Amino acid sequence: MIDFFWTQIFPILIIVGQSLLLLSALLIFIAYILLADRKIWAAVQMRRGPNVVGPFGLFQSFADLLKFVLKEPIIPSGANKGVFLLAPLVSCILALAAWAVIPVHPGWSIADINVGVLYIFAISSLGVYGIIMGGWASNSKYPFLSALRSAAQMVSYEVSIGFVIITVLMCVGSLNLTKIVEAQDGPLGMFQWYWLPLFPMFVIFYISALAETNRPPFDLVEAESELVAGFMVEYSSTPYLLFMLGEYVAIVTMCAMATILFLGGWLPPFAVAPFTWVPGVVWFVLKVSFMFFLFAMAKAIVPRYRYDQLMRLGWKVFLPITLFMVVVVATVLQVTGWAPK
Amino acid sequence: MNVVVTSLTPVLPEIVVLGGALVLVLLGAAKGDRIAGIMDAACIALLLIAAVLVMAVPDGRFEVFGGSFVFDGFARFMKVLTLIGAAAALFMSIDFWKKEKLHRYEFGLLVLTASAGMMVMVSANDLIMLYMGIELMSLSLYVIAAFDRDNVRSSEAGLKYFVLGALSSGMLLYGASLIYGFTGTVSFTGIAAAAKSPSTGLVFGLVFLFAGLAFKVSAVPFHMWTPDVYEGAPTPVTAFFSAAPKVAAIAIFVRVATGAFPGIVPQWQQIVIFISIASMVLGAFAAIGQTNIKRLMAYSSIGNIGFALVGLSAGTASGVAGVLIYMVIYMAMTLGTFACILAMRRNGKAVEEIDELAGLARTHPATAFMLGAMMFSLAGIPPLAGFFAKFYVFLAAIEARLFALAVIGVLASVVGAYYYLRIVKIMYMDEPKAPFEPMAVPLRVALGVSGLFVIFFFIYPAPIVAAAQAAAKSLF
Amino acid sequence: MSIVGLFFYLFAFVLLASAFMVIAARNPVHSVLFLILAFVNAAGLFLILGAEFLAMILVVVYVGAVAVLFLFVVMMLDVDFAELRQGFMQYLPVGAMVGLIFLVELLLVVGAWVTAPNINAAIKAPIPPLSQATNTEAIGLVLYTTYIHYFQLAGIVLLVAMIGAIVLTLRHKPNVKRQNIAAQIARTPADSVEVRKVKSGRGL
Repeated sequence: MIDFFWTQIFPILIIVGQSLLLLSALLIFIAYILLADRKIWAAVQMRRGPNVVGPFGLFQSFADLLKFVLKEPIIPSGANKGVFLLAPLVSCILALAAWAVIPVHPGWSIADINVGVLYIFAISSLGVYGIIMGGWASNSKYPFLSALRSAAQMVSYEVSIGFVIITVLMCVGSLNLTKIVEAQDGPLGMFQWYWLPLFPMFVIFYISALAETNRPPFDLVEAESELVAGFMVEYSSTPYLLFMLGEYVAIVTMCAMATILFLGGWLPPFAVAPFTWVPGVVWFVLKVSFMFFLFAMAKAIVPRYRYDQLMRLGWKVFLPITLFMVVVVATVLQVTGWAPK
Repeated sequence: MNVVVTSLTPVLPEIVVLGGALVLVLLGAAKGDRIAGIMDAACIALLLIAAVLVMAVPDGRFEVFGGSFVFDGFARFMKVLTLIGAAAALFMSIDFWKKEKLHRYEFGLLVLTASAGMMVMVSANDLIMLYMGIELMSLSLYVIAAFDRDNVRSSEAGLKYFVLGALSSGMLLYGASLIYGFTGTVSFTGIAAAAKSPSTGLVFGLVFLFAGLAFKVSAVPFHMWTPDVYEGAPTPVTAFFSAAPKVAAIAIFVRVATGAFPGIVPQWQQIVIFISIASMVLGAFAAIGQTNIKRLMAYSSIGNIGFALVGLSAGTASGVAGVLIYMVIYMAMTLGTFACILAMRRNGKAVEEIDELAGLARTHPATAFMLGAMMFSLAGIPPLAGFFAKFYVFLAAIEARLFALAVIGVLASVVGAYYYLRIVKIMYMDEPKAPFEPMAVPLRVALGVSGLFVIFFFIYPAPIVAAAQAAAKSLF
Repeated sequence: MSIVGLFFYLFAFVLLASAFMVIAARNPVHSVLFLILAFVNAAGLFLILGAEFLAMILVVVYVGAVAVLFLFVVMMLDVDFAELRQGFMQYLPVGAMVGLIFLVELLLVVGAWVTAPNINAAIKAPIPPLSQATNTEAIGLVLYTTYIHYFQLAGIVLLVAMIGAIVLTLRHKPNVKRQNIAAQIARTPADSVEVRKVKSGRGL
């Protein structure tokens, strides 16, 4: 029995401990990311943004958390109760689950699996279920419309994200996230990360990630002016909080994904003395924050797309370009002999 | 480099057809239905080029792609036949689409992909290749069955064909997976080596596989879709259905039976004998009451498949040769008949009732004569080609000592003669109705060629008989 | 008994239970959701087998794309299952008999289970051990070499399906306003703005 504990149960306990550690770090990061989002938005519009709770409004997110948790959850009488409550949970848990494989520092990932990229891709493609289930279960027309929109939108942009990932994979020769980061290591520092050689793909990934996470200018899912708040109209209190949390976690996941695929993960920009003293996890967080800054700026300065334009961009522009780039990258790798192995 | 090219030579026809289809898809997408005529011509040209390439492959047996694709005399014979059938059906269709204002470039494309699927089927030497070929063919056929999408019956035909076809594919796959499970291989050669003796599981798999194949050749008891689909689909599509896919499906039936299961002939023989008898009898009796000529042709095709399967049930080289000859002649007869059916237009509309043919002998004597010849031939009256077709399969059955089968077959063909001859009677004896519109040139050509073939086959049958016998030998 | 064993029973149990619920659920949307649960658990079983690539592809393709479209359609169609089931009892005896025959036949087959003796020799492309190649590599190695023809044919089959869907459903409606992005971008002030002198108090 003791033996069974040490060989079977103990490793699981360790994994649980690691997950809790990562989750708490992640959630605190999210709290400040949320604040940053509002601050950046405010700054672009020449407002002050949240500045009341704590110094410079630093505790704003925690105040919001308390507010949501202490409110009464309201479930519409016509709603499909089980699915209605399941939806925010699905959306939040799936978003958090993606972090199981993300390496934030050499060797710092809960599971360093061989198909890490595919895992994140799979999990992020499941994110749509939270929205569809919430939209359908609310039994109301705005949420339903928004659920339909989001289903089509997320499935469409997944296609181009998939092709973007494929181009990176061809350069690396592995689906393991750690290997992807290591493949970008080299004497040229940040100029050897994939954002430069695969620049068009980096741009497409960025835009598709905005669409995949329903961020402005592709936030047709919650478009306030037409759909009030989209699939979240009927939600309140903790379920609503879970939706918002899931959304922001998904955004940070996408930023982390971009960091790993194109910005060299935990690698320092130049492999020389002052930069190498800083631990990798700091570089990782900085890069994720930079990516998030780009997300926040897009929200602040770009007007919302119309739905048919969104579909056109996904299917008629990104899909052909990415498909073509897959061929180009494969050809270049083959002809120049740069292909791994 | 040279080695690669030569090892791919046997696949060249498929590559040409599929590559051509890909190019034409792009062309069609760019230019739209304005170039439908050019597209059809290009598709026919591709099919004929593929036929020439098939004939250009040197003699002998070639295995490509690790033995999953085989090219031998049998494949050559059947591929040329299917390609000619497909090209002829496409040739005959052009005029119909133009008159019905349905001329769209996708039809030629889908005929091309269907033909590619058939060629793959004919050459399949393992279960995966077999399934791929069947799916490629069937998927294209489902779509063209519903090609006249604003017509309820055409849509219904497509949907019915699709649902039942998916069911039969399911059965086929179930059988294939059982066979794979019990023999450990998907390759026909491997299955033949492993299946020396019948085991319950293997026979169980065989039954399901044959059920799936019987659906594709529309043999009883898996024929239910045939009349509805034949009647509902646009006429050129029906013409295509009854010519090329039938040939390919029979080919794969023969190849599976003789290639994968030579060790357990008695087991599959009884299945084939049963479906053969059932098809002949049902084809003969159910056709009697029909008033729609396309529906009649559906039952006729069921019956004819029954006759062709008589040759397969013999399980010998001469039996398979009989099947091959039967399919050549059947294709000529069915294409000729459909050329006449396509010509049945009055006041800008196609008519399909048998009574509309009344007095055709006086309004269009040449057409009536040719259609009469087709009907006599289908009934199996000497010296027309249809008689020889039946003669070779029954001869093989008697050689294999399947006397009961041969007798039932002859009786069924006597019953079948009734409804074929009824059409002749209507054309020659009944009071004439208003004449049809003049026959389009492609239809005249098709009818002329097939008519000449059917009438004069008895003078010089040697080349086809010899080719069929050589092709059949390559299987044994 | 190990943790892996426990996880196997967990996945297998949830898979079977949700598969049962797919046909037993009253609400079609619930059926699809249970189907998704079944897919995810099947992916879990693949993972236990070590087939990580297949597990992920199952989730990406079936759960992430196919089932979304299922859900999409089912949500919009508003299928009334109670109505569909009305004739169900009538056909139950026939269905049960067919099912019973299948069951007996299957039992016969399983009872007579004899695999071919030289089965190992017949295997064409043995899977390399996990230590030599990850299974993503293992699939890639055969899929684009030994099985290239299946792969290409499958691609053509999908193309035909696509052409078919377009042939049967695409209609060009004549009176619909469409955005022509190229034309919009090519517009210049010269051909879109006209400056006119308007006298005060009078319109154009």
